[in-house]
Amino acid sequence: MSERPLREPLTGRVIFEMGSPDARCVEAPIIDVPKPDLSAVLGGQLRQTPPVLPQVAEIDLARHYAHLAEANFGVDNGFYPLGSCTMKYNPKINEWACRLPGFAGTHPYQPTETVQGVLELMVGLQEALAEVAGLPAVTLQPAAGAHGELTGLMCIRAYHVANGDPRKRVIITDSAHGTNPASVAMCGYEVTTIPSNERGGVDLEALRAALDTDVAALMLTNPNTLGLFDENIRVITDATHAVGALAYCDGANMNAIMGKARPGDMGFDALHINLHKTFSTPHGGGGPGAGPVAVRDILAPYLPGPLAARLGDGAFGLQTPERSIGRVRSFNGNVGVLVRAYAYVRALGGEGLEEASEQAVLSANYLKEKLRGAYDLPYDQTCMHEFVLSGKRLRKEFGVHALDVAKRLLDYGYHPPTIYFPLIVEEAIMIEPTETEGKQTLDRFVEIMLRIAEEAECDPDLLHGAPYDTPVRRLDEAGAIKNLDVAWRPKEV
Amino acid sequence: MRFIPVSCTERDDMLETVDATSADALFDVIPSDVRLTRSLDIPGGMGEMELAAHLEELAGCNRHAGDLVSFLGGGCYDHYVPAVVDAVLSKPEFFTAYTPYQPEVSQGTLQAIYEFQSMICALTGMDIANASLYDGATALVEGALMAARVKKRRSFVVATTMHPEWRETLATYCSVGSYDVAECPASGGTLDLKALAALVSGETAAVLVSSPDFYGNLEKLSQVARITHDAGALLVVSVNPVLLGVLEAPAAFGADIVVGEGQPLGNSMSFGGPGLGVFACRKEFLRAMPGRIVGRTSDVDGRPGFVLTMATREQHIRREKATSNICSNHALNALAAGVYLASVGPVGLKGIGEACIAKAHFLRERLLGTGCFTAPWDAPFANEFALRYDGEVASMQAAMLSDGFLAGLDLSRFNADDGGLVLFAVTEKRTRAQMERFVEGVTSL
Repeated sequence: MSERPLREPLTGRVIFEMGSPDARCVEAPIIDVPKPDLSAVLGGQLRQTPPVLPQVAEIDLARHYAHLAEANFGVDNGFYPLGSCTMKYNPKINEWACRLPGFAGTHPYQPTETVQGVLELMVGLQEALAEVAGLPAVTLQPAAGAHGELTGLMCIRAYHVANGDPRKRVIITDSAHGTNPASVAMCGYEVTTIPSNERGGVDLEALRAALDTDVAALMLTNPNTLGLFDENIRVITDATHAVGALAYCDGANMNAIMGKARPGDMGFDALHINLHKTFSTPHGGGGPGAGPVAVRDILAPYLPGPLAARLGDGAFGLQTPERSIGRVRSFNGNVGVLVRAYAYVRALGGEGLEEASEQAVLSANYLKEKLRGAYDLPYDQTCMHEFVLSGKRLRKEFGVHALDVAKRLLDYGYHPPTIYFPLIVEEAIMIEPTETEGKQTLDRFVEIMLRIAEEAECDPDLLHGAPYDTPVRRLDEAGAIKNLDVAWRPKEV
Repeated sequence: MRFIPVSCTERDDMLETVDATSADALFDVIPSDVRLTRSLDIPGGMGEMELAAHLEELAGCNRHAGDLVSFLGGGCYDHYVPAVVDAVLSKPEFFTAYTPYQPEVSQGTLQAIYEFQSMICALTGMDIANASLYDGATALVEGALMAARVKKRRSFVVATTMHPEWRETLATYCSVGSYDVAECPASGGTLDLKALAALVSGETAAVLVSSPDFYGNLEKLSQVARITHDAGALLVVSVNPVLLGVLEAPAAFGADIVVGEGQPLGNSMSFGGPGLGVFACRKEFLRAMPGRIVGRTSDVDGRPGFVLTMATREQHIRREKATSNICSNHALNALAAGVYLASVGPVGLKGIGEACIAKAHFLRERLLGTGCFTAPWDAPFANEFALRYDGEVASMQAAMLSDGFLAGLDLSRFNADDGGLVLFAVTEKRTRAQMERFVEGVTSL
């Protein structure tokens, strides 16, 4: 056990255990009207026992969250090469913009003539996303990537239903994100999983064998989760269309190809775009994000509404397509996120977006070249914005796992890459640097990764025990399940 | 602005390392027939100052709660947000972090979510709460789908007094999942209990009801619960959490699953999103729950800490057999809710609820006193109420808008049968003077 520091830990003491019954942060508002007999007007539903909430002074509240923040690691704290998550820098101007009262203070049911600015912004974003996607119609409604997947699949289902047969199955690959099969199931379809070929792309024979008129759609990430662009993409989408199925693109990896290739031109019929990845909106510790969906004209009538639209008279309004699948949520989308994404699009413009993809791909290939050798490289090809290493040799020779490498990185002040995904790579270490990191940061990361590979060889137990220098060390996840504690409760007296 | 810190020389070094003549050459792995051979037609490339001016101009084209007196509600409310909330949300350690999959460096997010879950349990009276869902509408859908998994039944009965957009969202999800949805009508502003008793059966997985409902009325939850449970179904209750300092916890009436829109807890309106999907339930449904859950544990040195737990329910492990496809939560909105509830505390929350309720009752009485409005029903209500206007609603609202008021929600927007009805929401921010001025203005039309 390491020696305990004198300083109190940053975390662990919950806010309920602080303060006192007299402590106040924000006072209750003054009531300047007659107070009714609450029990009477509420039909006897007056609360009998007050909820047990924290009672703290503002200074203690401020410090509590300052301590929690100090125990957290964000993009502003250091390099965050988390593959598949595109942890690029979140520009501060975006944060300022979404807080402007003209955006943050608008109500979703205000008359449209009082919200022309936000509607114009939404139309501008829809048009930019349509251009990046190469698909003409966009809904900004979905709240996240998974929500976008489900929305896109629902539109595809509605299209097939309108043609007389909803069909039964959706094909995904074995390198797909877990949300893909889960969204397929929620949309009432069966999942058919096909293998990847030895170059990491879709196995064409397996695809052809799986395709028949029961197939509603193929769902594919391209570039895929290995960071590889599928060289057969046109063959794949053509074969899909040949049986009357549609092609859905998981746009998680759009940061690789902006201005270089468009899913619409690849033959995809629908695509979701993760604004919290490609378009620089912050991940927020798990959300909110936004997952707008772009579709080909044959699917446009089914999009969920309302959509922002240019009206004939130059004004902006909200419209719902005639054969819409219906709402997928309340109100108008995660507008606070949309404002940030719009600010980013206008900051970069078309050329800037293309340049972002160029640098993202260059930086990924640079890291790949520097790290090969110390780590296994199962797919030795030019990658797009990310690549997957394997810790297989480290495991075999030294008993060190990808998890141990990840945990050791924490000691060096880096957020680890994604590990154990995609599932088709043993001891996967998936690295996505993004374009917003400087070369010095990348070089320093390489140094550390090489040092960790040496440590694995010389002192594997050092890695097994890592991290040592973090606010807490490895946590007992099995214990969390066995002795489940998911809500604080006052001690019974 | 490009946000790329690599210099030209560094870029050349990198190109040499990867043995490419240009960054564009790396894209040669993309077949030429799908390469874009022109530039993207997207305007931009603005400097920060020009961008700021452009965004301010767009924001300036919107009226907002700061320059209008708003009586708009219907699921999104103009509550006061203490300054400390945004001070916390603005900390980059929180907002620039990813999902806390590396708990050793994510204790801030994890503990904040654990505290949020605890506060939601305290408010609702339920045993467990998740880390949040997208919004109230999707939380309702997830509640229904979870009830279907637990009961192994595929029918729902939803109150017509539930928010129309939430009912529509439910219908969208149910139509692809072969679930049946029956709508239970209202009588006198609340659920028609006789109709409900006739609609539930041994096939019903859940009864879905909102209290306060969309029209602001409080449902007779005890009776609804009895009818629901007699049929062996689960009761899903949607609440407005900001009122739960005053209103009885839904658990006390027999709710099995509690959902709600958490926007009123310290989140801005932002034209309706991002919201905060609140989700809580009884502990026996733990394994059927959708979404993330944070649990308390300890590290190898025995220090207390927090982790994402019970992950075997989730899509990244269970794939098509997961309890939901959700792969995120609205963590930042949940953080706002946690800071909000901690800043107001039980006393402040009660005071805020009382202020909303007192002011709503004051305004309703005054509006009825003008003779321009009539009451469509006489059900108990809290912070929101519907009245029938005896003139043209649209022209009343337009006239009041020019006086600086958002004069409630015209309910014909959702249902032609509700023509003439206006839904007024009153938060603690509305003053007596504002309401008196509004009443005077409406009277003089």
